[in-house]
Amino acid sequence: MKPFTYERASSPVEAARIVANRPGARFLAGGTNLLDLMKIEVETPTHLVDVQDLGLDRIEETPEGGLRIGALVSNTDLAADERIRRDYAVLARAIVAGASGQLRNKASTAGNLLQRTRCPYFYDTNMACNKRSPGAGCAAIGGVTRQLGVIGVSDKCIATFPGDMPIAMRLLDAVVETVDGEGRRRSIPIAEFHRTWGDTPHVETALHPGELVTAVTLPAPLGGKHFYEKVRDRASYAFALVSVAAVIQPDGSGRVAFGGVASKPWRVEEAEALIPLGAAAVVARAFEGATPTDDNAFKLPLAMRALAFVLSQAKS
Amino acid sequence: MMPVRFKVNGESRELTLDPRTTLLDALREHLHLTGTKKGCDHGQCGACTVIAGGRRINACLSLALQHDGDAITTIEGLGTPDKLHPMQAAFVKHDGYQCGYCTPGQVCSAVAVLDEIARGVPSHVQADLLQRPQASNIEMRERMSGNICRCGAYSNIAEAMADVAGGRG
Amino acid sequence: MKFATPAGANPIDRMAIVGRAHPRIDGPLKTTGTAPYAYEHQHLESKLAYGCIVGAAVAKGRITAIRVHEARDAPGVLAIVTAQEAGKLGKGKRNTAKLLGGPEVDHYHQAIAVVVAETFEQARHAAGLVHVDYDRTEGRFDLATALEKAELAIDPNAAPAPKENRVGNFEEAFAAAAVKLDASYTTPDHSHAMMEPFASIAAWNGDELTVWTSNQMIDWGRTDLAITLGIPKEKVRLISPYVGGGFGGKLFLRADALLAALGARAAGRPVKIAMPRPLMANNTTHRPATRQRIRIGCDAGGTITAIGHESGSGDQPGGSPEAAVSQTRLLYAGANRLTTLRLAELDLPEGNAMRAPGEASGMMALEIAIDEMAEKLGMDPVAFRVKNDTPVDPEKPQRRFSERQLVRCLEEGAERFGWSRRNPRPGQVRDGRWLVGFGVAAAFRNHLDMPSGARVRLGRDGHITVETDMTDIGTGSYTIIAQTAAEMMGVPVDEVTVRLGDSAFPVSAGSGGQFGAANATAGVYAACVKLRDAVAQRLGFNSAEAVFADGRVTGGNRSAALREAAAAGELAGEDKIEFGDLSKTYQLSTFGSHFVELGVDSYTGIVRLRRMLAVCAAGRILNPVSARSQVIGAMTMGAGSALMEELAVDKRFGFFVNHDLAGYEVPVHADIPHQEVIFLEEADDKANPMKAKGVGELGLCGFGAAVANAVYNATGVRVRDYPITLDKYLDRLPPVD
Repeated sequence: MKPFTYERASSPVEAARIVANRPGARFLAGGTNLLDLMKIEVETPTHLVDVQDLGLDRIEETPEGGLRIGALVSNTDLAADERIRRDYAVLARAIVAGASGQLRNKASTAGNLLQRTRCPYFYDTNMACNKRSPGAGCAAIGGVTRQLGVIGVSDKCIATFPGDMPIAMRLLDAVVETVDGEGRRRSIPIAEFHRTWGDTPHVETALHPGELVTAVTLPAPLGGKHFYEKVRDRASYAFALVSVAAVIQPDGSGRVAFGGVASKPWRVEEAEALIPLGAAAVVARAFEGATPTDDNAFKLPLAMRALAFVLSQAKS
Repeated sequence: MMPVRFKVNGESRELTLDPRTTLLDALREHLHLTGTKKGCDHGQCGACTVIAGGRRINACLSLALQHDGDAITTIEGLGTPDKLHPMQAAFVKHDGYQCGYCTPGQVCSAVAVLDEIARGVPSHVQADLLQRPQASNIEMRERMSGNICRCGAYSNIAEAMADVAGGRG
Repeated sequence: MKFATPAGANPIDRMAIVGRAHPRIDGPLKTTGTAPYAYEHQHLESKLAYGCIVGAAVAKGRITAIRVHEARDAPGVLAIVTAQEAGKLGKGKRNTAKLLGGPEVDHYHQAIAVVVAETFEQARHAAGLVHVDYDRTEGRFDLATALEKAELAIDPNAAPAPKENRVGNFEEAFAAAAVKLDASYTTPDHSHAMMEPFASIAAWNGDELTVWTSNQMIDWGRTDLAITLGIPKEKVRLISPYVGGGFGGKLFLRADALLAALGARAAGRPVKIAMPRPLMANNTTHRPATRQRIRIGCDAGGTITAIGHESGSGDQPGGSPEAAVSQTRLLYAGANRLTTLRLAELDLPEGNAMRAPGEASGMMALEIAIDEMAEKLGMDPVAFRVKNDTPVDPEKPQRRFSERQLVRCLEEGAERFGWSRRNPRPGQVRDGRWLVGFGVAAAFRNHLDMPSGARVRLGRDGHITVETDMTDIGTGSYTIIAQTAAEMMGVPVDEVTVRLGDSAFPVSAGSGGQFGAANATAGVYAACVKLRDAVAQRLGFNSAEAVFADGRVTGGNRSAALREAAAAGELAGEDKIEFGDLSKTYQLSTFGSHFVELGVDSYTGIVRLRRMLAVCAAGRILNPVSARSQVIGAMTMGAGSALMEELAVDKRFGFFVNHDLAGYEVPVHADIPHQEVIFLEEADDKANPMKAKGVGELGLCGFGAAVANAVYNATGVRVRDYPITLDKYLDRLPPVD
């Protein structure tokens, strides 16, 4: 871990200003992902701005009938909130399917959105990685790829977005709220927040340098039946091979998003129209243009079968 | 170097630390509270589980500076060999450990898990998120899954926890 | 004490303390975090410095330059040691690859330097400032390719032996068999993944070196550290009172201990090193992958007439094969037999022992093959195994097993498990989304004799202290040794103090190969016999007739308090157990059965265990509490190897890619339901005076195959390549949608 200095900011704008003006500065929220990567020098900030004292840990109701979730609300508190459990069960289910009890106590809402890939080649600094050093190449391509992405990836990077919570947020059309060092606020629809890798896999989100996530807003509840089906080799405390977030309405219409398969939470709205035709049709459309490897081609039938289970439950 | 103050097991402690020092290393290397273990240092095993501000966390993935002002309970704060905490006594009774290295983390987690169940924190295996969770075998196993035991004492740990949960009524 | 004839009646037979459930005496320390592990010894006089290991960034090649100036100038740095600074080092007898590489690099993450600094944070940072240039060369990383040209090899544990073990004419008998199976199986590389990382503190006092470390085999470690450093063994002391798991990974001297010693010498300060978790899988040893072919021929009635098992594995040059066929030589009858091992040279990290080396991988394959054969014959797999049981070593029929209760293990297990409820037609049982299956496998692991010494002291207060360099790696050594001494000396367990893991104590069996418990307690037995003689002599009793019980010695019409014997001064007895030819005359093995019920999700293919039962016959069980934990722990490891564990090889760069505990998945709480273990009554008088054998690895041997067989029973899909992950059979599950 490289040396760094540390301070606690007293307001979101101040925090953003420090990070914007100081090269090498980064926000520190829960730290469960950032510290992990700092220890192996994948992340090398020179200054950390701890944002835990900014009052961003509340969940409030919005005038539109939704919820505004502070960026520092812990995963545990978010999943435990009665309104989330009742009206946004897919989100509560996604959260408790992720990580461990200890990590969920520490991990924050914004940090979870910003978590970086778990690609083993990204984690091993002896291996070439276009995320760590743009232009260096990608050692994962042609390597061990069972866990890696099948869509939204590129010939520069085949890493997946590893999270669970953001898959549900994508399904719910959440909006990410930010502030910058000048006090300017932005609302970024989550569909535009995470990026496909393309030629710039080191650019992972729509955030500008120094821009601080302050909250995530959920629109009014969707109703319907909520599902988060996560498939992994061991029964808990593992990243998804494939996950399926879905909300299915009594009339058979619904929404579906996939995790563990792509550079970002993967949702193709046109595919949702095919839900009444069954899982195979939805997955065929949602994964059109997929570029799986021999090792991870199973993720396509797996996504189909996991969705088939969800649809069977929705009917029962 | 930066100062940090927190309460550890009820006692106020002040340290001046390299900012890079994790809570885990502050406890082990600076306060010599070596009951909290370093298994992976990357949040992948749970051996470093402590209770900070009433919640269990991985002490390895926290800077000590992040805990300025916090109250922290480590395994040493739960009980001593002469005066075991009921969970520690249940682990001995049910042989809920073998090599002992993950054990302090398992015990801290187990204490926190029963508290989480009592507080209604939801879990992945709850059939109905709106019902209060129960201290059932599958609930405890799911919630304990962030604590790896390579010796494979899981079945016995579940029994130790059931013993304590049952005794609590 | 030489153990050369079957044990007669002895004081252990009373079993007033030995054989009874007793909570671990180290439990209060372990559950309160007060048991000190290697990295935690604080009582040194000089201030400790911290070492950080630098691992090689390539798998094979040559270091052309190491630039250390930036690291040397970094804050707090006290010393940097590379192979060049270290000077000439020897290589331990039990190490295959060098522990400190350079200029040649033998495998990925091989240690090539250690950086010592005032603090952990400084050392870790400076280690990242050591810049290394490599001339990377081509390596051999693909086992399947390497085996094509590999030679037959001898199992070093079976030497002297022919390269092919043959009985009768296997090929002819197999060709003529009415029913035949010819199938291939693979097992991947496995990581020990013990919870405590490799860790050591080294302190020099002049030319004397003390190392607090985490090691299963104190005398091996001491010997190899002395050889590597080129100093007399007498100058080295190893201390390892608590070991946070080993599973074979800590049988040997490893880089943490060597580099702590080198770093401490260079820095002039005691140095502590813990190996970073992401370095462990490639820096240290692992269980090597195997590729196995099994052929079984039977007559129409289900009698095996031919059995052949050939296995190939790879290792660093100078390494040894994974002896995955050893159980096949002994487990089932059959007049015509063939077993061979093949060894390929690889440039992957060093392969070596992991829990039940040989049998663990071999049983994973053999016990699927037996299940497949039973199905071909239309026989129940329990009945097929029972039919082909053998009371004698099938290669040397004049040689009997000392004890062999395989049939009882299978039949009692079947009864207890409700095996008769199994539907022999696969893929038939549904429980909602789940396809439910039952599986069975035999369990088998040889018992090994190992000499083992101990010293037992009777203090003036009547308290007993046992000292031996035996280790407790979670196996319960502290407790069973206390029970043994208490039984022998006629005192309660809490009147016994056990001190372990110090090379200042008599050399013991150590912990490995499930030989620790039986041999180490036999060594304590021998020392206690010596102490009893001394007590009897001091008190004027006839040693042969004296009874030690309730803190008293009784003989004839006289009785005296045990402590009176030490009133004039402490008494001590020191001895070791050594072995004659009984293990040649008889085959000493342990047996068991595994039964598993599981569900396979008909949609996603994930496997979830529902019930598991092991029935074990392994000689006298010294403490049913810790023995049971050994078995359930082994079953849990078996569940991991069946369902998830695999070190994934990058065949281009030559390393294990998933080199941490997030990438290398081992079972978690949620994977493991309640486990049941039954121990059959057995006292093996051919094994040792304790009449005990090993049990710690038996629970692993065969468990994986029981899972595989249950997956088959649930789905009708036979997976022969471990781990059994859903990607290998998703396309063969019933269609959905």
